[in-house]
Amino acid sequence: MRERGPVRVENSGEGETLLHMRVPALAGKLKDIRDAVRTAVLGCGCSDAVAADIVIAVDEACQNIVRHAYADEPGGEFIVEVRRDGGCVVVLLRDFAAVVDPDTIQPRRLDDLRPGGLGTHFMREIMDDVAYQETTGTRGNLLRMVKQIA
Amino acid sequence: MEIQITDQEKAVVVAFAGDVDLESSPEARQALLACVDRKVPVLVDLSGVSYIDSSGVASLVEAFQAARKGGRAFALVAVSEATLRVLQLARLDKVFTIYETVEDGLDQAV
Repeated sequence: MRERGPVRVENSGEGETLLHMRVPALAGKLKDIRDAVRTAVLGCGCSDAVAADIVIAVDEACQNIVRHAYADEPGGEFIVEVRRDGGCVVVLLRDFAAVVDPDTIQPRRLDDLRPGGLGTHFMREIMDDVAYQETTGTRGNLLRMVKQIA
Repeated sequence: MEIQITDQEKAVVVAFAGDVDLESSPEARQALLACVDRKVPVLVDLSGVSYIDSSGVASLVEAFQAARKGGRAFALVAVSEATLRVLQLARLDKVFTIYETVEDGLDQAV
């Protein structure tokens, strides 16, 4: 049986926690995550437009976890954490799946008109910083995304 | 997500409402491709869409390409603000033909 990951996200001591939820990696859970993230970022002073953008970025990142990280393990759990650190919203997504090679998740060229491959582009277009971070001790991936809001 | 397909005299209008996301986009894709298969112009009414993600956009792109391959019109109508933002992020707002209303689309695309 898979060893359960830590309850808290590593390296998450950035500012105030706005949202912390642990969810199964299922497409049917994405709406719940979107609603929770929207409420959290609106509550810390984001405009409607910025909140909507952050929701898009988080949703696409969560899709990567559902579709790719846990492709062979539907319903594996991951943690969504949203924090306010000064003038920034920091989003941390922690899964406990096999380590993803970030080079395999690259945005495609937008002039290449074909279905798919847009999610990573959305994340990078919306957020000011998107980077995988080292996880300590346990398997899995930690994605950190930052959006300056003030 | 809800889908309503309406046959007009010379076109088919497929209207989506709610969230078109990873869970619902396979159904959206199937409906769009089925409409394109009818070999008539397709108008996609997005006025009721509250959220669309990259998988929903991919469904639109796939149907658009299938229609173009068959030489038939494929246009978006009444695009909601939330949807337009995602199309802009994907640089697709200038790729798709977009009409303000279904009536405009029926007048000009058919």
